[in-house]
Amino acid sequence: MHILTAKNLNKTFHENVALHNVDLEIPKQSIFGLLGPNGAGKSTFIRIVNQIINADSGQIQINGENLASKHIGTIGYLPEERGLYKKMKVGDQLLYLAQLKGLSKKEAVQKIKAWLERFEASDWLNKKIEDLSKGMQQKVQFISTVMHEPELIILDEPFSGFDPINASLIKDEILRLREKGSTVIFSTHRMESVEEMCDYIALINKSEKILDGEKSKIKNDFKSNQYSLVHRGNGISTNDTFSLEKKAELGEGLQQSTLKLLSGASSNQLLQELINQKVDIVSFKEDIPSINDIFIQLVKGENQNIPTS
Amino acid sequence: MSKIGLIIKREFDSRVKKKSFLLATILVPLLFPAIIGGMIYFAIEESKNAEQQKVYVLDEAGTFNFENDKKYAFEELNLSLEEAKTIFTESEAYALLYFPEFELANPEGIVMYAKKNPSLQASSYFENQIESQIRDQKLKESGISEKEMEGLKTNISLSTINVSDSGEEKASSAGVAYGIAYAFSFLVYMFVLIYGTQIMQGVIEEKSSKIVEIIVSSVKPFQLMLGKVIGVASVGLLQFAIWVVLIFALSAGVFAMFDLNPADMQTAQESMSGMNGGSNAQAMMENSKAGEILNIVYDIPYAYYISVFAFFFISGYLLYGALFAAVGSAVDNITDAQQFTMPITMPMIIGFLGTFMFVMPEPDGNVSFWLSIIPFTAPVAMMARVAFGVPAWELALSMGLMVIGFVFTIWMAGRIYRIGILMHGTKVNYKTLLKWVKTNS
Repeated sequence: MHILTAKNLNKTFHENVALHNVDLEIPKQSIFGLLGPNGAGKSTFIRIVNQIINADSGQIQINGENLASKHIGTIGYLPEERGLYKKMKVGDQLLYLAQLKGLSKKEAVQKIKAWLERFEASDWLNKKIEDLSKGMQQKVQFISTVMHEPELIILDEPFSGFDPINASLIKDEILRLREKGSTVIFSTHRMESVEEMCDYIALINKSEKILDGEKSKIKNDFKSNQYSLVHRGNGISTNDTFSLEKKAELGEGLQQSTLKLLSGASSNQLLQELINQKVDIVSFKEDIPSINDIFIQLVKGENQNIPTS
Repeated sequence: MSKIGLIIKREFDSRVKKKSFLLATILVPLLFPAIIGGMIYFAIEESKNAEQQKVYVLDEAGTFNFENDKKYAFEELNLSLEEAKTIFTESEAYALLYFPEFELANPEGIVMYAKKNPSLQASSYFENQIESQIRDQKLKESGISEKEMEGLKTNISLSTINVSDSGEEKASSAGVAYGIAYAFSFLVYMFVLIYGTQIMQGVIEEKSSKIVEIIVSSVKPFQLMLGKVIGVASVGLLQFAIWVVLIFALSAGVFAMFDLNPADMQTAQESMSGMNGGSNAQAMMENSKAGEILNIVYDIPYAYYISVFAFFFISGYLLYGALFAAVGSAVDNITDAQQFTMPITMPMIIGFLGTFMFVMPEPDGNVSFWLSIIPFTAPVAMMARVAFGVPAWELALSMGLMVIGFVFTIWMAGRIYRIGILMHGTKVNYKTLLKWVKTNS
């Protein structure tokens, strides 16, 4: 079951195409990474889901229903550009935002209390935002995103601007929220930062989706059948099972070789061959590409603006 | 509560709870009566404390005879001019009036010596005294007796009566109409400018604190804009209501304290409370000028004025408030806003100046007509015209265009706003604004 399905989304801003025929399916209770460089169209997609802007054409469904204003309360949104009313008290501010999401005053007050307790912040209730430290403000910001217990939580560049302590706190919260049934969409151009958390990913480049699916499966698909071997001393002679791609001296008599299986061969055959050759093996590991590697591989040559971080 | 209600409430609360609101709301009404009271107080004190000042008169022909009054005591000198001057400079007297011998037909050489520059009031007082004495002398010479002269003195104050088509007569006063025109148009002008700017600041604050994207994920940008415009207006109306009540209460207190024309007030009040049978009081009232003005003030069709005022007050505010909101959404900070606020405040200022230059001197003139019809200047100009009386069809036309005007600016502002609030760091010019208006979101 998918919580969100997008079909054939198109959006153009004054001749700049922001989204071109984008299809997406986001499974329930997953953490979904929406990845791509700056300006790829991620924020446009998110704004359309949040009904801040309308798509030129295409369709979005939430739980099988066409996106409508009643879904505002089902979504929690942390925009990339974020802030709060500086002169408003924490309690008033959260109450206002919760009520805008459709909570009754009574419900909102309860939830705010519970969340502030969770973050050990109960005594902030009557403090103005401007009197809080940056880290505290970030916590309030996060509470404002999730306090109405949305089914779908959308976080645009969630860890930019959060300090490491808050970032890990929020990582834990996100995992907890998924356990409780929420679906989380991460949008980021820093692929390594959310790669570890995502169950599914979609890659967007130049306003088009170029890849999507389960993360482990994608990684599998992009495996190049290469293995890293660290060994001592004598060299390796290749045969019809594998080829030697790279070789490097690690010092203290250690060497690292990158070996590639040739068609049909298995890793056991490779190991067998190495043992037969009396190679002194220290470690043997399959090379699994990172999402970043995959992304670079996919867009190489067509996009100069690839993040290298 | 509906979402727009929540927005209005937040805008209202966040402003009313500010200390500056409390301060302005209390201080402004205190200031007005304090200034008026202060002025009255000093005026009364001055006239109380003012000693009679001595004025020497050296009249070589012996034609003049000055009577002492509250301000001046006259003393005749029968000396030469030089001696008189010495006495004057050594004394504490205010002035020395010197009359050489002169022909009545051609009075020349009259001099007033004073130690410091005499006030305009003082010199015109003496001029009047001398002129009237010379006139009396001339009349005497032409053979008119003193008794006949007494009979010639008249005091006149012109009262004007408006005759309506139905033949009904109503006392009117250009002064009262002018006062009302001034007050109403000034209030509209101030209100729109002060609270329009507040809307703009609010929008810029939301934009620069980056909260706006969170808000518009819950409400439509148009709702947010409208909520802000209405919220700020309700703050303004509350403040305005408090001012009116406080100013009236305090002014009444100040007037009571100085015991100003209690008799006139009393008769006026009596005649007002007993309008039907109080012909006696009515008659009494018409005797005094003050009573007459009170009569006119009482006769003002308040319900009409106030409803017209409310209409232009609110529609003018909506028209300009929406434009201010649009400007706020298009820029990143107050300094960038200036290039766009100019064209908004310009028609406002033109309307205000036009009201003083054209509408007040000539309420039914051509320029006045156009100023009161065009929606951008109408709120100020029409309020001034209403005080002098406006044909019903002109008022209806102006109101109709006003409604079209503010619906149009709100629509246009809404289209700029929904895009503008999400734009950061883009340099915006009029061409971009036009593009936003045309864009479908």
